[in-house]
Amino acid sequence: MIAIIDYGMGNLRSVQKGFEKVGVEAQITSDADEILEADGVVLPGVGAFGDAMDNLDSTGLIPVIKKVVNKGTPFLGICLGLHLLFSTSEEWGTQEGLDIISGNVVKFPSDLDKKIPHMGWNQLEIKKETEIFKGLESGTFQYFVHSYYVLPDDEEVVATTTDYGIEFVSSIQKDNIYAVQYHPEKSSQKGLQILRNFGELI
Amino acid sequence: MLAKRIIPCLDVDKGRVVKGINFVDIRDAGDPVELAAFYDQAGADELVFLDITASSEKRETMVDVVKRTSEKVFIPFTIGGGIRTVDDMRELLKAGADKTSINSAAVKNPDLIAQGAKRFGSQCIVVAIDAKRKEDSADDNPEWEVYIHGGRKATGLDAVEWAKKAEDLGAGEILLTSMDGDGTKDGYDNELNCAISSSVDIPVIASGGAGSPDDILDAFVDGEADAALAASIFHFDEYSIQEVKEYLQKEGVVVRI
Repeated sequence: MIAIIDYGMGNLRSVQKGFEKVGVEAQITSDADEILEADGVVLPGVGAFGDAMDNLDSTGLIPVIKKVVNKGTPFLGICLGLHLLFSTSEEWGTQEGLDIISGNVVKFPSDLDKKIPHMGWNQLEIKKETEIFKGLESGTFQYFVHSYYVLPDDEEVVATTTDYGIEFVSSIQKDNIYAVQYHPEKSSQKGLQILRNFGELI
Repeated sequence: MLAKRIIPCLDVDKGRVVKGINFVDIRDAGDPVELAAFYDQAGADELVFLDITASSEKRETMVDVVKRTSEKVFIPFTIGGGIRTVDDMRELLKAGADKTSINSAAVKNPDLIAQGAKRFGSQCIVVAIDAKRKEDSADDNPEWEVYIHGGRKATGLDAVEWAKKAEDLGAGEILLTSMDGDGTKDGYDNELNCAISSSVDIPVIASGGAGSPDDILDAFVDGEADAALAASIFHFDEYSIQEVKEYLQKEGVVVRI
């Protein structure tokens, strides 16, 4: 059973339906025990970084997330769920994140002559062999919606990059932690493949 | 590279797709969910459902369609038609829609854009603009007026100015329909597309007039659109999405194939 963490940020139903589609049971929950006992944990979310941290804090989920990550449970962050793993974010001033991955979250520079948010289908350049990209090749399209991107301190965690005027980090992996900037649950067959691969880790 | 998007649009009345869809290999071509799942498989990048139901029980029917769609369709989809309040938006987003599109209600109450963007994020708020060329505007300096109520009522608003205002208020995207082009299959109004696309920094979806893959190419190249919406050329199986994308790719447009 996969636990999809519900902390009041965005539509979790499509993530759950995506897992169901590939035959992986997933439950939306904010219950600490259910999350701690799950075979895999997903941190999804859309919205503002600060609100998300406030919600995680007020629901007491911050230590729960740190605990499941530390005990080696396969963990998947999606979109805002990627950003929250980082030390700090520059969204509306500097804000503290979960600090599970060392680095910062920054906005796309305005001088790129690109529309912001970065919205639509863009390609992954696979930088290291990672279980969740099994069956996918560089050039695969995934669906993105975001204005901020992650800058990890450690190059080793970079799993994929994507070109949007600059080359930014679109997926990371460190031990049992996987996190992606795009929405695999909205990326048709190639996105569902990522959910299927994650399901096979549990 | 970011791909240009191809977006089929389905008109839904009382939970059924209208405008006679003509596919042989779909069990129930009147079911929006079946058709949406077909388009996901066929390579559509997103979908738009336009709810044209006039009756009052419409919301429930559409919410049910959205719920069922979210179980079978794994590409983003937008719901438009009859959305008047933030609560309307919330109900559809909660049921599984990715975006809501507002048109007349946004013109009457522009603050609805800001409220929706603040509550759900700009990415959930598409502002649909129905624009018609002003008859008295010069050919070399065209202007467009915004119409509401399905194109029946002129507003006096200039389309470019309204698009800019919508962006300032927090719209995440503009769905731009040329009333002059709509239904003609003579191609999009690319002067209109270009005028809006170059005035705002949010994505513009071109709509109204697609009759061929070449028209879609023009919307991207001449119209500088980020996405192209089309109905009849896909519904009547005149061209498959795959065919259109292969053509675009051959012409140097980045598409997801």
